[in-house]
Amino acid sequence: MNQLREYYERRELLSNLVLRELRSRYKRSALGWTWSLLNPLSSVLIYWVVFGVFLKVKAPIGDPSGQGNFVLFLLCALIPWNFFSNGVTQSIESLVVNAGLIRKVYFPRELLVASTIGGLLVTFMIELGVVVVILLIAGNMVLPWLPIVVLLVILQTLLVLGIGLLLSGANVYFRDVRHFVNLLIPMLFYSTPVVYPISYVPVNWQVAGRSIPLRSIYEMNPLVQLVGAYRALLYDLTFPSIGSLAYIAVWSIGLVVIGQFVFNRLDHRLAEEV
Amino acid sequence: MTAAVVVDHVSKRYRLYHERNQSLKASLLRGRRARYEDFMALNDVSFEIKEGTAFGLIGENGSGKSTMLKCMARILRPDGGSITTRGKLSALLELGAGFHPELSGRENVYLNGAILGLSRREIDARFDEIVDFSGIEQFIDAPVKNYSSGMYVRLGFAVAINVDPAVLLIDEVLAVGDQEFQNKCTEKISQFRREGRTIVVVSHALSSVRELCDEVALIEHGRLIQVGPAVDTIDHYLTEILSIDPATLGIARRSTGEIQLQGVELLGESGEPVGSLALGDSVTFRFHFNALKPVSGPVFGMSLTSSDGVLVTGTNSRDQGLSLEIPTGLGWIDLAVPRLLVSSGKYHVTGTIYDTTQMTPIHEVGDLHAFDVAEGNPKTSGITSLGGTWRA
Repeated sequence: MNQLREYYERRELLSNLVLRELRSRYKRSALGWTWSLLNPLSSVLIYWVVFGVFLKVKAPIGDPSGQGNFVLFLLCALIPWNFFSNGVTQSIESLVVNAGLIRKVYFPRELLVASTIGGLLVTFMIELGVVVVILLIAGNMVLPWLPIVVLLVILQTLLVLGIGLLLSGANVYFRDVRHFVNLLIPMLFYSTPVVYPISYVPVNWQVAGRSIPLRSIYEMNPLVQLVGAYRALLYDLTFPSIGSLAYIAVWSIGLVVIGQFVFNRLDHRLAEEV
Repeated sequence: MTAAVVVDHVSKRYRLYHERNQSLKASLLRGRRARYEDFMALNDVSFEIKEGTAFGLIGENGSGKSTMLKCMARILRPDGGSITTRGKLSALLELGAGFHPELSGRENVYLNGAILGLSRREIDARFDEIVDFSGIEQFIDAPVKNYSSGMYVRLGFAVAINVDPAVLLIDEVLAVGDQEFQNKCTEKISQFRREGRTIVVVSHALSSVRELCDEVALIEHGRLIQVGPAVDTIDHYLTEILSIDPATLGIARRSTGEIQLQGVELLGESGEPVGSLALGDSVTFRFHFNALKPVSGPVFGMSLTSSDGVLVTGTNSRDQGLSLEIPTGLGWIDLAVPRLLVSSGKYHVTGTIYDTTQMTPIHEVGDLHAFDVAEGNPKTSGITSLGGTWRA
């Protein structure tokens, strides 16, 4: 509760730090904010060519939307995924990058983690807006589902914040954390149904005569649920299962609580160690 | 009178790492713990700062006084004890900390203000005053990376001072900017004092601490040695810790001591040390010093006094247009005299170092060296010679 109040009291600082993040991101680049759209565009292009064209991954037909376009299928999951992966990798670095500030001024340091994610959240919302426009043009009437999308965005932001809090403090003491995470991110990417539908994952896997319930294990990854929920809302135009929303919420809130707890523990000697 | 800051049995331990485990591999190979030694930067320090007073923290480099200030500013957390402050606190530890180089001065004022705890509306209300104080109106919309270091610091000071704190912490940052800006800062601090705010200063400049502060705490090796009226504590510091002769306390009190004169060597024509001299000799006075920190633009001076106390001559490096940058550490400076034109007798050398404004002494030694001058050519009466030659 204390933490919530602290966040609330320093909301002005949080918004200022987010603004700093946004203003400085594309300073001195000719294309400026266009980059924040060009980056996802290029990855969509790559995955479409490699997975959609070369490997012939078939997008499942959306129920009830009837949509079957691979690029749309990709977009609905890739944009949230990018927010997750950028959010995690950048928030882990947020304390080290702002070492000068930590050593010289006092303010709640978790705001550095939160503002990094806040900056990315703004970009994510813009990208999501573009995706919505594209979907509308393609005939997917997503507008009624947007309130639930917003809820999902909030849950995802908490998830990223939780991981950021958990690992950014640790990264100050052990700079390996960042490298370790950089290793994990592509693994997570391919164990989440972003570039392929979940139906490609076998329900059971036969190894040495034994059957492993691969799909059930796979679905324990909260990102699988998250991506699935985004797809249900934006691609299929249906309500995601309450179970999976609850599962995401438990992970998100749990990670924020644990993350904040760990952060408070590590905060103690931050100014000396950073 | 209530206390603005209560420091209650505060201890702060630093870890001095012998081999730092900043990688997982190193930590696995060496076992879970990195090898480190605890270093007590502060050891059970307690004192109170009364509301509306100016309080100084003095001590040698590494004594823990800056750590104390950082603990007060909540940047560091003490390992033991507690610090309680009444009212809003603003720290001038590094001016412009948190400025983003790519953002404009205006954007940075809002950002820095928010970091220091101001709301947007409060900054709006003070914006003109901040810009006015910093004196950089024309550049306020330029990115701060294009600012000179002076402009940077001025803007940082202007923001920090406008936070409207009840307690202001200052760490030797006042030695910045040109004379005009320094005067502005001093004025602002006096105004703060008149308004009944509390000021805490960490400084090496004993003269300014003495002028500004009501009470001073002396910290040595992390322990509080003495706390009390400024004059008493500073004198205790000078005589007990810096071992300064009580006879020269007068000058020492005013001195900042950033550079310490250590002695004079007399060198002959080919650079060899000489003991005694004769009128008309060529001699170089080599002043050895130890700079405790880098000093920009100090002025070295020397004067000669005859044994009966008459000032014979005085000269300083500024008059000859020498501008100096002294790095930390030992060094020397020469005064080359092609012909020593003083008549026979004993002379005393006074060495002085002043700061660049020539207002504040850095170090002054009344009898740094004494030497004898023998009769030479031409013979002369009085204390000085014209060095002239009679012709007919």
